[in-house]
Amino acid sequence: MSKETGHSDHIPGTFVFTGQRSRKGLNLNRFAYSLHEANNREAYLKDPEGYMDSCGLSQWEKTRILEGDWKSLIEEGGGSVYMLLKMCAVTSAGLTDLGAQMRGETQEEFLKTRNVVLRENA
Amino acid sequence: MGKIVAGVGTSHVPSYGVAYDTNQQDNPKWAPVFEGYAPAKAWLKEIGVTHAIVIYNDHGTDFFYDKYPTFAMGAADEYPIGDEGWGPRNLPSVKGDSDFSWHLANSLVKESEFDLTICQQLEVDHGLLSPHPFLFDHDPDWDVKTVPLNVNVLQHPLPTARRLWKLGQGLRKAVESYPQDARVAVIGTGGLSHQLHGNRFGHMNEAWDHEFLDLIEDNPEALIDLPHDTWMERGGAESVEMTMWLAMRGAMTPKVKKIHRFYYLPMLTGMALTVLEDDTTEAA
Repeated sequence: MSKETGHSDHIPGTFVFTGQRSRKGLNLNRFAYSLHEANNREAYLKDPEGYMDSCGLSQWEKTRILEGDWKSLIEEGGGSVYMLLKMCAVTSAGLTDLGAQMRGETQEEFLKTRNVVLRENA
Repeated sequence: MGKIVAGVGTSHVPSYGVAYDTNQQDNPKWAPVFEGYAPAKAWLKEIGVTHAIVIYNDHGTDFFYDKYPTFAMGAADEYPIGDEGWGPRNLPSVKGDSDFSWHLANSLVKESEFDLTICQQLEVDHGLLSPHPFLFDHDPDWDVKTVPLNVNVLQHPLPTARRLWKLGQGLRKAVESYPQDARVAVIGTGGLSHQLHGNRFGHMNEAWDHEFLDLIEDNPEALIDLPHDTWMERGGAESVEMTMWLAMRGAMTPKVKKIHRFYYLPMLTGMALTVLEDDTTEAA
């Protein structure tokens, strides 16, 4: 049994966004959050590496971001999905891409599990 | 005098906004949503709602984890449309009523011990904006004054379901002590079942969604002691937003009349709408 305060990740495939994760992912999430401003998106697209350096990201974080490894960023890096979704605005990834990746499926496999496919790259 | 004339529970799925802005009402995949919300919009107009208190959560648009309030209420006359990464939506800025907000703040803090963060500057995102144009006219400008009330449902520890229920009770007391005329809709947003991370991404639970919709109407107190773990197990980690519906329900009379309900489960999230009215008739 998980305690309300501790969240021992007892729900399979679930990484509850706790204070510990928020502390670990603070820089990563701050970087992703910053992309809600158009000038920051422009700065990132012009020079991804330089922009990430200006946000104080580690090499591990920069590599995962450039590889689009959402799974590791959330499961190991303290990423908050709501902040990381801002990264979709500067990459070609959409919500179903990252969902399929986190489930270990192709996008096609994932979409077959849905009742109605509203948008392929939603 | 202030009076609560409607209680609304609604999803705030971001794709609603895209569908709305690109006029997908004739697309068979989206038509159920447009048809599901139309009767609610007509009824809210018919009963003359002047103010909407919207309990919602920001999604990294104007709040970040460097300082993250548990409850934050807008007290401004205008709330700009936030940029969520793709530029702000083409909607008029949401109009507020700062006098009404400050009245609510005074009552909530002093009478109900809800120590809110007060925001005189606040950009709103899909947590509020996805359902708003489906519920209220906005051309050329919004026909209601809106009070955004932001709740932390992102970074644990989150306020409990019971705390949100009590927030609703506090809101009722605050609205009813407002000396000016205001016909208020209290709107709780979020959910229903969905999970957006981990290999449980895409988890949905239609049976639980329907049970929740029944309970929120007829037996909401059965929901207020459920711990967050239970909400997450049943509906997915991100479905904890559903607790915000309890702030709406707590603001209504113990018994309510159902005006309208809509449910649709297409892709990633249980999409739902419930419209309620106080029932002040005596029990038989």
